[in-house]
Amino acid sequence: MKVAVLKFPGTNCDEDVLHVLRNVLKVDANIVWHEHFKADSFDAAILPGGFSYGDYLRAGAIAAHSPSVKQLELMDDDCKPILGICNGFQILVEAGLLPGALLLNSTLTFICKWVHLRVEKTDTAFTNLFKTGQVVKMPIAHKEGRFFADERTLKRISERIVLRYCDENGRVTEEYNPNGSTENIAGICDKDGNIVGLMPHPERASEKILSGNFPDGLLMFKSMLKWMRENE
Amino acid sequence: MSSLSPEELEDIRRRLGREPSEIELGMFDVMWSEHCSYKSSKKVLKMLPTKAPYVIVGPGQDAGMVEIGDEIVIAMKIESHNHPSAIEPYNGAATGVGGIVRDILCMGAKPIALLDSLRFGNPAKSHVKWLVKGVVSGIADYGNCIGVPTVAGDIEFDDSFERNCLVNVCCIGVCRKKSIVPSIARNPGDLVIVVGNTTGRDGLHGASFASKTLTEESEEERSAVQVGNPFMEKLLIDATLEAIKTGYVTGLKDLGGGGLTCALTEMSTAGNVGMDVDISKLHLREPLTPYEILLSESQERMLFIVDPKGVKKVTAVFDKYGLQYSIIGKVTKERKLIVRFKGKIIVEIDPAHIVKAPVLDRETKKPSYISKAQAPIKYKMPKFSDLPKVILRLLSSPNVASKEWIYRQYDHEVGVRTVVRPGEGDAAVLRIFEGKLGVAIKSDCNSHHMYLDPYVGCMEAAAEACRNVACVGGRPIAVVDGCNFGNPENPEIFWQFREAIRGLSDFLGEFGIPCIGGNVSFYNEDEVTGKAVKPTVMVVALGVVKDVEKAKTMSLKEDGNYILVIGETFNELGGSEYLRVIHGIHHGKPPTVNPKLEKRTVNCILELIDRNLVEAVHDCSHGGLAIALAEMCIKGARGATIDIAKVPAQCESFDQILFSETNARVIIEAAPSKLKDVKNILNTYKLKHEVIGKVCSSEYFKLCLNNRVAEIGIDEMQDAYSKALEKTLFSKG
Repeated sequence: MKVAVLKFPGTNCDEDVLHVLRNVLKVDANIVWHEHFKADSFDAAILPGGFSYGDYLRAGAIAAHSPSVKQLELMDDDCKPILGICNGFQILVEAGLLPGALLLNSTLTFICKWVHLRVEKTDTAFTNLFKTGQVVKMPIAHKEGRFFADERTLKRISERIVLRYCDENGRVTEEYNPNGSTENIAGICDKDGNIVGLMPHPERASEKILSGNFPDGLLMFKSMLKWMRENE
Repeated sequence: MSSLSPEELEDIRRRLGREPSEIELGMFDVMWSEHCSYKSSKKVLKMLPTKAPYVIVGPGQDAGMVEIGDEIVIAMKIESHNHPSAIEPYNGAATGVGGIVRDILCMGAKPIALLDSLRFGNPAKSHVKWLVKGVVSGIADYGNCIGVPTVAGDIEFDDSFERNCLVNVCCIGVCRKKSIVPSIARNPGDLVIVVGNTTGRDGLHGASFASKTLTEESEEERSAVQVGNPFMEKLLIDATLEAIKTGYVTGLKDLGGGGLTCALTEMSTAGNVGMDVDISKLHLREPLTPYEILLSESQERMLFIVDPKGVKKVTAVFDKYGLQYSIIGKVTKERKLIVRFKGKIIVEIDPAHIVKAPVLDRETKKPSYISKAQAPIKYKMPKFSDLPKVILRLLSSPNVASKEWIYRQYDHEVGVRTVVRPGEGDAAVLRIFEGKLGVAIKSDCNSHHMYLDPYVGCMEAAAEACRNVACVGGRPIAVVDGCNFGNPENPEIFWQFREAIRGLSDFLGEFGIPCIGGNVSFYNEDEVTGKAVKPTVMVVALGVVKDVEKAKTMSLKEDGNYILVIGETFNELGGSEYLRVIHGIHHGKPPTVNPKLEKRTVNCILELIDRNLVEAVHDCSHGGLAIALAEMCIKGARGATIDIAKVPAQCESFDQILFSETNARVIIEAAPSKLKDVKNILNTYKLKHEVIGKVCSSEYFKLCLNNRVAEIGIDEMQDAYSKALEKTLFSKG
């Protein structure tokens, strides 16, 4: 089982994700330059955070035209897990692999802080080890992370919402919506649940030294491994 | 726009034995500017202790380097971008970040953290609001994009910075000892390659511009401010680190102040070699004259010296990242810089003539304000029952209030190294993925104290930075200093500078750690108002954390635990936040510093932390004991009951005890089961200390004195503390 951590020009969380996969989970993983990426060499792909192509035009817009997107589509055909974190989420949305759009935060500023999230869907490649309604903690760090979808799209994806911003008791309220996302949406998936995109950074919440006693992010990567084993 | 003096021109003629050409004059002009040559400060800076067995690279290089573990080296440097930020805050601050990151990078180290030390005028004023917002978003957009976390810093507000804000940026990096790359050209035959951004007209004369006073016309010099391209910087970081791994990069230097002129002359002089380059081969943004090419300070460019055997491997890395590069020439044996344009020689000169700028002896004169500053203080003491009001007002003073509005905008976690984050502890702690080893870093300076007494004030800046680093569990091992002063040609200003450096030298000497680098920015004054900034030496301390799992934060942890104060409090209200904010008094004698006592305190704290005997640690600074305790309550969302009479003090009134900013004091929280061991250790170090209260479940911060009690709600304190800065910055007016 081998995981690709995709690197585009400007990606800056690739080594962080690799650290968690290799050193914490002891998984076979490599950072792969986007132009060199081949779907059949890997069993899962992670698109880490950063500022691919400097966020020029729109966050993720230019990377969405990378040859790697074709390879991601091939992986999707085999229902292999694909995770887009932050800028990776933006790329997946721009590439049309996930619905909706990610707009400038309602605060108009970059926000770096830990937030509570409610797990809404657990039959995905990255949340199958969580309980529905479970409240987890992870940090966000973005300027263009306000998820937006029109009403028709929202209706269509109502069963595909994976994470919502909430308070520590799991209440989804406007006050605990850090960036103005539609319906507090922090993460969504495709129709088969093998592609997940989210704004929070699970790799920053995968070790006790960084996240206290509950490294909730790690469970996302462990979920991925479980999905990979079961689909082998 | 040459700023060379008649004496300097004569010196140049003497060195060359002929008239310099116009291009050469431009090169001398920029390299002999204050910004590049340190001509005023050099002699004074010689006072600083710079040596220790673990220092790998001392001051004078692009960055200082210390070995903190087996083969693990930390690179560290601070730089100012005051002048550009004052007229174009967004790009001025952004390119400040870019420049310092390349200084770390060109030593072969991976940049892992940024700190920002900022000074602004009164944030209620509209011009200042514009500056603060521009500088903060400039730092955020640049730092976030390049993936280097901004983990700490410090900020103060004072009218003297109204038109001359200070923006100092410090970067630290990490590498293996064997992968250090020198900023030196050594081997004749090696290729000279410029990589990265195209060279344009931006930043032309930036170093010269930074070496004079801002005037009304400075607004028109926006063209001297470079424009940042953080995406290019990120590619440059990744490509440089990858290129170094090929083993064929023999020298590396960032093109910063002084541009190509600085890099070519300094690298060849350092290696006692020459260079033969053709600058018409350089990739340009727009048609430029040779003069402009040599002096442009376009950002995001690096100069590589590459072994010709590996040139294909190295340039393949640049190609992968889509970076433009130009092979402009090669290193030669004789120490002579030959610059050609389309083959024709336009400069032929011994680079040492340009690099070795004359050093000046500046006059000093004790300023007249100093004696007035230390005049006795008279004010009406508040009633005990007014304490809640006083504390709430101090908590909402911009100098004390939470800086959350700022650090929320910085990605402080990218890199998954940040163990103690902004706002959590007295310093930032980063792990470095080498066992449990980590580093602690913090910058400090109380500009008000430094103004009242530059000698003592600068000692204090170093003492506080070291103390802060110790409070999270880091053993201070080195500092860098960012010096910011007015016009050095004014003897009173130069006196401030000399006194400050003397204070820093004396402190470091007695404390026993070196200064491994720094930056001097002069001419921070305003010709319109004639006012210089308050003297400000930002001291950044680096500490080694043996075990990052033991790192400490300031929040109170558990009800029933004891609160102790270490160190004695004196009647030292001079220059305090309390006198300024509550009584409108700006003068006074600032608190004294005892380096030996600071050292003992630091060692004691480190032992307490290492033996797992304390739950929370916080030093006392702005606002004194009362504010330090309030902050611990706020961060822990817990109450505390404090008996003021128990505080070891030589004071005459409760306000002196609560608000004096006496140094060498630290507050700790200890569990009842560990109190005996804690006291034993404090006694071993012969430090005055006392249990002054307890953490309690109540929602109040209670201060008791004999039969009187002052109570403040934690929520109320939280509200004042956390919202004040944002409220002020977004207030109308």
